[in-house]
Amino acid sequence: MTGRVWIAVATALLAFWLMLGRGMAADLTAEIGRLDTSSFTEKEKAIAAIAATGHARVAAVLTALSDNKLLIRKADRLAVIGEGKGTLRIENATTGEALGEAAETDLDKIAINNKIRRQLKTILGGLTLFSDDPAVRLKAANDIFRTRDLSSLEPLRNALAKEQDPPVKQVMAEALAALVLVSDAPEAEKLAAVLTVKARGDQDAISLLASIAQGSDAVARSAAETLRGLEWTRSLWAAVQNAVYGLSLGSVLLLAAIGLAITFGVMRVINMAHGEMVMIGAYVTFLVQDVLRNSAPFLLDQSLFIAIPLAFLITALIGMAIERGIIRFLYGRPLETLLATWGLSLILQQGVRSLFGPTNREVSTPSWMSGSIELGAISLTANRLAIIVFALLVFAGLLLLLRHTRFGLEMRAVTQNRPMANAMGIHTARIDAFTFGLGSGIAGIAGVALSQIDNVSPNLGQSYIIDSFMVVVFGGVGNLWGTLVAAFTLGIANKFLEPFAGAVLGKILVLVFIILFIQKRPRGLFALKGRAVEA
Amino acid sequence: MITRWLLNKTDRGVLIMLAVILLLGFMVPALHLLTSPDSPVHVPAYAMALIGKYLCYAMLALSIDLIWGYCGILSLGHGAFFALGGYAMGMYLMRQIGSRGVYGHAELPDFMVFLNWTELPWYWYGFGWFGFALLMVLFVPGLLAFLFGFFAFRARVSGVHFSIITQALTFALMLAFFRNDMGFGGNNGLTDFKDILGFNLQAGGTRAALFGATCLGLAASLLICLAITRSRVGAVMTAIRDAESRTRFLGYRVEAFKLFAFTVSACIAGAAGALYVPQVGIINPSEFAPANSIEAVIWTAIGGRGTLFGPILGAVLVNFAKSWFTSALPDLWLFALGGLFLAVTLFLPNGLAGLFGRWTSARRRELPAAQPAAAE
Repeated sequence: MTGRVWIAVATALLAFWLMLGRGMAADLTAEIGRLDTSSFTEKEKAIAAIAATGHARVAAVLTALSDNKLLIRKADRLAVIGEGKGTLRIENATTGEALGEAAETDLDKIAINNKIRRQLKTILGGLTLFSDDPAVRLKAANDIFRTRDLSSLEPLRNALAKEQDPPVKQVMAEALAALVLVSDAPEAEKLAAVLTVKARGDQDAISLLASIAQGSDAVARSAAETLRGLEWTRSLWAAVQNAVYGLSLGSVLLLAAIGLAITFGVMRVINMAHGEMVMIGAYVTFLVQDVLRNSAPFLLDQSLFIAIPLAFLITALIGMAIERGIIRFLYGRPLETLLATWGLSLILQQGVRSLFGPTNREVSTPSWMSGSIELGAISLTANRLAIIVFALLVFAGLLLLLRHTRFGLEMRAVTQNRPMANAMGIHTARIDAFTFGLGSGIAGIAGVALSQIDNVSPNLGQSYIIDSFMVVVFGGVGNLWGTLVAAFTLGIANKFLEPFAGAVLGKILVLVFIILFIQKRPRGLFALKGRAVEA
Repeated sequence: MITRWLLNKTDRGVLIMLAVILLLGFMVPALHLLTSPDSPVHVPAYAMALIGKYLCYAMLALSIDLIWGYCGILSLGHGAFFALGGYAMGMYLMRQIGSRGVYGHAELPDFMVFLNWTELPWYWYGFGWFGFALLMVLFVPGLLAFLFGFFAFRARVSGVHFSIITQALTFALMLAFFRNDMGFGGNNGLTDFKDILGFNLQAGGTRAALFGATCLGLAASLLICLAITRSRVGAVMTAIRDAESRTRFLGYRVEAFKLFAFTVSACIAGAAGALYVPQVGIINPSEFAPANSIEAVIWTAIGGRGTLFGPILGAVLVNFAKSWFTSALPDLWLFALGGLFLAVTLFLPNGLAGLFGRWTSARRRELPAAQPAAAE
C-alpha cells in the first residue's frame, strides 16, 4: 500500500516539478544530503524530494543511486558519484565537478532496498518519458509497452497529455493501451485498447494479444480475433519479404545469366568460362579500389562507377580474344566448345589464384550503398536494393541496344537464322566476336555487382554458373524477356521454398522442377519459333 | 567361336587393350602377392590401389564413350551414376561393419547412431546381402538413367541442353547427398569399411582379388561395348550421332536407341563406382560434383572417342598425370588440365587414338573431323 502512496506522491511531485519548469532548482545538495540516513522511509521521502527539485542532475543522481554508485565521502559527508573499483574516480553529485580519486574505504555506500529500487525505476522511467530528446521518450514508451509495468501508468498518462511529437505520442498511446489491457480497467476501455494495440501490429503487439486472448469474455474474444488478423497481416508481410529477397536473388541471377543467354542465343555455344568473367569483374573492382585507396582516397566512394566501365572493357576484350582464339575454330561443334571453355575456366581460375592468392579479397561497400531501408514491417539492405535496380538498368540497356542499334539488329538476325543473315550481307564472324565480347562484358559488370554481396575469391564464378545455366535453359534463348522472367521466377521460387523446405532442399526442388520443365518445353519459356529452331 | 568373333569383328586396338587389361589383372596381383617387398619387381599395395583406381576411371570413361563417341550424347553428369553405384556398394560395406563401429551398435551404421536414429531406413534393407547390393549397383543407376533418358529423349532434349540438365542432375544429387537426413552419411559419406564377403579389406589377398575383379569388370565392359557397337544397334547409334534427323526420317525410333545406350552406359558407370569404393575405402557426396563428371569427359576426349580402347588409355594417362602433378607441382595441375581440354578440342578432335590412326596405315574407323553441318 505504502508503495502506491509513494508512487502517487512521487508522481504528484513530478508533475509539480514539470509545472514549475526546469531550472527552478530547489536546494538539490540539501535534499541529497537527506539520503545520508539509515531509515529507508526517510530515504524514500528524500528521493521524492530530489525528484521534485527538477534539477538537471536529478536523473544522474538517481541513476547512480539505483546502480549503487552514489556514495558519501566519509571526510566531509559530501554526496559523490564514484566510478571504478578499489580506487574510484569521484565527482560531486550535485555539480558533476570531478573531485579526483578516492579509496573505496573512504566512502560510505547508500544502501537501498527493493521498494526503493521500484520507486527509483518508476521515477527514472517517468523522467525519460519527459526527456527533451524524442528518441529517449520513444524508447521509454516502447519499454513500457514491452514490460507492461502497471506502476508506469500514471506517469505515462501525464506524459501522453503533454506530448507534442506525433510519432512519440502514437507509441505512448499504444503503451498506455497495453497497460490498460493488463490492468483492471472497465471492459469498454479495454476493447478500445485492443484496437490501439492492433494498430501497432508488430511482434510485441502479437505477444501482448496472445497473452490476453485466453478466456471467453468480450475482451479475450476481441483480442483473439485481432490476433488472427494480425498474424495474417504478418504472414503477408513475410510473403512480401520473401518476394523482395527473391527479386534480389533473381536480379543476381539475371546479371550472371544474361550475358550467357546472349552468347548462347547468337552462337548456340555455352561458355563455361562465363563464371570466370564474373570473377574477373569482381577482381577488377578489387584492383580499382586498391589503386584508389593508395592514390585518390576521396574517389573511393565512387569506385564502383570507375570499376563498372573498366570491368566491362577488360572482360569484353578477354571475351573477344576467347572468341577469336578458340571458339572460332570450334564452330559447329557446340559440345567441344563447352569442353574447351571449361578448360579455359580452369586456367583462368588457377591464374587468378596464383596472382591474388586463394583467399577472399576485401572489397569495400561505398557508404551510399550500406545501411538498410525500412519498408513497412520489413527492412532491406541498401546494397541488395541497389543490385535490383542495377540489374534492371543493365537489362533495359541491353534491350535498347538490341532493339535500336545496327549491331542489335544484326545480332537478332544472326540469332534467328544464321545462314540467311550471312546471305543478306551481315558479317556473321564479326557479330560473333562482338556478341561474345558483349556477353563477357556484362558478366564483368555482374562481377562488380557481386563483389558487393559475395566473397571475392577465385571460386566466385563457379558458385553462380550452374544457376546461370538453369536460367538460360529455363528462359529459352532469342528473347531477353525469357531470361528476365526465368531469373526472377527461379529467385523467388528459391526464396519461397526456403522457409519450409530449407535452403538446400529448396534448391534441389528447383533443379528437379527445371529438369522436368525441360521435358515439357525443351526450348525454354520463350522459344524461338520457325525454321531456324531446328538448325 | 568367341575367338573367331573377336578376330572378325574387332580392330587391333581393342584386342591389344583387352590383352593388356587381362595381363595387368593377372600380373599385378601376382607381383604383389608372390614377390618379397624388397624385390625390384614387387608392386606395393598403394601402387596396386592406385592402378585399380585408374582402371575404375577407365570404365567410367568407356561408359561415356559409348554414348558420346557412338551416339553423340554428351552427358556432363555421368559421375552421378558412378557415385550411385559406389554408394550401393558402400551401403553393403557399411552393413558388413556390423557391431564393430565406434558406437558398437549391432545394426545401425555409426552416422545413424550419431543422428539418434533408432532403426534402419527402409531403403537400407537388403544391403546386408552381397547379391542384392550387386543388383542395386546396376539397377539404381540404370533406373535413374532410364527414367531421365525416357523423358529427356522423348522431349528431344539434345545437344547442349541435354549436357546442361545432366549437369543439373548431378548437382542436385550432390546437394541431396550432402544432407544428413538423406540417410547416406551426409558430408562424410560412407567410410571405415572393414571387410567384403568376410575378407579383410586391408589384407593383401583381398586387395589383389579386388584388383583382379576390376580388370575383369573393365574387360567385360569392353566386350559389352564392343558387342553393342558392332551390332546393328550400334550402327543405328552411329547414324544418330552423325545425322539424327536423317536417321529419324529413315524410320528409326531415335529415342529408343538413345535410351538403350544411355541406360547401358549408366549401368557400366555404376559398376565402375562399385569397384572403385572398396579400393579407395570411401564414398562421399563430392563424387557427385559436376567438375568430376566434366573431367571424366575429357579422359574420353583425350583418349579418343569413337574408339573403344582410346578412353581407357585416356583415363589412365590423365589420372597418372594428375597424380604426378598434384604431388610434384600442385599449382600447375589446373593449368595442365585446362590446357589439355583446349589442346584436345582444338588440335586432337579424335584424341590419342586418332593420332595413332594417322601414324598407322591400318584400317581405321575415324570420326569425321568436321561433321557435315548440312546433315541435320
